[in-house]
Amino acid sequence: MFLLRRLGWMLITLWVVYTISFALMRAVPGGPFSREKQIPEAIRRNIEARYKLDRPLVVQYFDQLRPLVTGRWENGRLKAWPDFGASFRLEDYTVNEVIAQGFPVSATLAIFALVFALMLGLSAGVVSAVQRHSPLDVSFMAAATLGIAVPNFVLASLAIVLFVFVLGWFPAAGWGTLKQIALPAICLGAPIAAYIARLTRTGMLEVLNRDYIRTAYAKGLHERRVIIHHALRGAILPVVSYLGPAAAGVLTGSIVLEQIFSLPGMGNHFIEAANQRDYTLAMGMILVYTFLLYVMNALVDISYAMIDPRIKLQ
Amino acid sequence: MPASPKSEPRPNPDALDDKSPSATDDARRDRYEQLLAEAQAIKGVSLWKDAWRRLRQNWAAMGSLGVLITVSLLAFFTPLLPLQSPIDQDLENRLLLPPDSTVVYLGQREALRFEANSLKAQLARYDQRLDQLQQERAQAATAEEFAAVDEEIQQIRESENPLLQLWHRPGPLSQAMIRIRLAIFGDWSLPSWAGTDALGRDLLARLFWGARVSLIVGVVATFVSLVIGVTYGAVAGYAGGAVDAIMMRIVDVLYSVPFIFVVIFLITFLTEESIKKTYLEPFGINQIMIFYVVIGAIYWLTMSRVVRGQIISLKNEQFVEAARTIGASRARIIFRHLVPNVMGIVIVYLTLTIPAVMLFEAFLSFLGMGVQPPDVSWGLLANEGIKVITPIRIYWWVVLFPSTALALTLFALNFLGDGLRDALDPRMRTR
Repeated sequence: MFLLRRLGWMLITLWVVYTISFALMRAVPGGPFSREKQIPEAIRRNIEARYKLDRPLVVQYFDQLRPLVTGRWENGRLKAWPDFGASFRLEDYTVNEVIAQGFPVSATLAIFALVFALMLGLSAGVVSAVQRHSPLDVSFMAAATLGIAVPNFVLASLAIVLFVFVLGWFPAAGWGTLKQIALPAICLGAPIAAYIARLTRTGMLEVLNRDYIRTAYAKGLHERRVIIHHALRGAILPVVSYLGPAAAGVLTGSIVLEQIFSLPGMGNHFIEAANQRDYTLAMGMILVYTFLLYVMNALVDISYAMIDPRIKLQ
Repeated sequence: MPASPKSEPRPNPDALDDKSPSATDDARRDRYEQLLAEAQAIKGVSLWKDAWRRLRQNWAAMGSLGVLITVSLLAFFTPLLPLQSPIDQDLENRLLLPPDSTVVYLGQREALRFEANSLKAQLARYDQRLDQLQQERAQAATAEEFAAVDEEIQQIRESENPLLQLWHRPGPLSQAMIRIRLAIFGDWSLPSWAGTDALGRDLLARLFWGARVSLIVGVVATFVSLVIGVTYGAVAGYAGGAVDAIMMRIVDVLYSVPFIFVVIFLITFLTEESIKKTYLEPFGINQIMIFYVVIGAIYWLTMSRVVRGQIISLKNEQFVEAARTIGASRARIIFRHLVPNVMGIVIVYLTLTIPAVMLFEAFLSFLGMGVQPPDVSWGLLANEGIKVITPIRIYWWVVLFPSTALALTLFALNFLGDGLRDALDPRMRTR
């Protein structure tokens, strides 16, 4: 039931996004084929007829919407779903192909960044809370505040200067090996790690004074077990609920980092599409991003309910 | 206020009543004056004073406030400071110079062809020329002569003003400030303590002029989001019922749209030449204004949710009932009675939204979709810095200084926001 309702809202959102983007695309005078060079009127009309751009707007609206819903069928076989159509500027590419190329890169980057952020953030937060007011705590929290305030492209550029050129630990660009993924993923994950560390710390501080922690200690459990097993479970809720915004942050952050490290991901293609005014590509990407964000949020809500049985999914 | 001493003197005026009417009046007036004086002597601690006291104890927030005030003042008075030109390029001699302390004089570059290689001398000549022409215009005998001279004046104003060569479209206020600066410091300007960039422009001056744009974008866009968010949230919260439900569902749907992408999309459209020419320029809308509105239009969502929650908890309070009883209109109740009561939390969100907006501006400028050169902003400067990173040589100053300026301001704003939250809303302290 919960999943069904979520699905319904997602479809509505996607439809809203599609409608807004469609309206914007058509509001621009001069279509995708108007270039600097003037083409003869007859040829222009032919091209427009070929791409069905000469039909009434309402028809075009549904013409573009239909393949998104049903996909593209060839000889009774489903070839692509949803079908975003052909890219306006990249010759011989459909939008689906571009996304299929970029998605694995972006997804790998995002997953590495999130895992890194969770590991660093959780451990820093727990250590800070357990050793409250120690120099370690203070320095962790100062670093966390700095991590939130410093934009990730600044962090990335400083990291490039330091780690690539001065120290030479990492390669400057390229994609594939773990070493090449590490630096962008760390830069992408750092602000999120900072946030998670702060949330974990406050959550832990709240939980550590509870009775059940004292009980756990009184049972004679090892401190490590009490903290990881008993305290962290209670303290992790705000972190889990932050993962939704964190996912959105990773998506947007990856645009910038893919630019800086020149990675062949979706974000790079998106900026390219926006700069080149490749409207079908940009619209397809926005829809994919919306979908991803929705799935992430739904996953977060489900895991929230799994961790805390008191929460009912609505 | 203790009740018993107050009620005790009350029989006195009545007792005096029998003697003479004037004595009664006097006594009563004395009594009222005494009451008034007592009431005035009581100093209530307002919410704001209380919050201020709490904020003052928070040294991190106060330090941040100091930093922010300094940065804003410096940004505002930038034209008065003895800085070099932020846009004058010197591709031959001053390309990517590391920070040094050689004093630079305005107009010293040969290629500018300024009189005596000095901006001051050139400006004096320009003013003199303009004066002369204006006198000619005043003495013009015929209308044709007048028109001819007038045209020449316009042309000189536009093409020969030396201030326009060294600064990018300074407004009248900035021009006046630059003139004051020239009167005080002359052509002398600070050495390139922050080095020069890839086109030979002084980075220190660009940092200062960039601060103006960055700060203004942050403040104005946040203000736009404030107006939209507070109005939307207050109306939804006060209306309640189906209206509230629909309005909040809209917010929910918008929340799950990845707005950064839509904004990039939107800005791409709005900056297309043909759109700019036909729709925007006739109304005097430029890129930065689009920016304010577009950014403001995203950040109102959280604001409207927060305001709505507060309004719902307030709208059944007695003071609202009282206002309704005396016949205040709905709009008046919302904006005069309810909105001022949620200002505390709104201010907290404001201080946390400004850094988010500035970050977003930097982010967009970084991607080349925000502030367009020759305007400068910190995001743009950071982007320029990253562009010149090469394995061969590290021009660390073009990356480090803009990044530090941006990070410092954002850091201060975050700290101030946290401090304000603790001060204005102690219940949220644990969050």
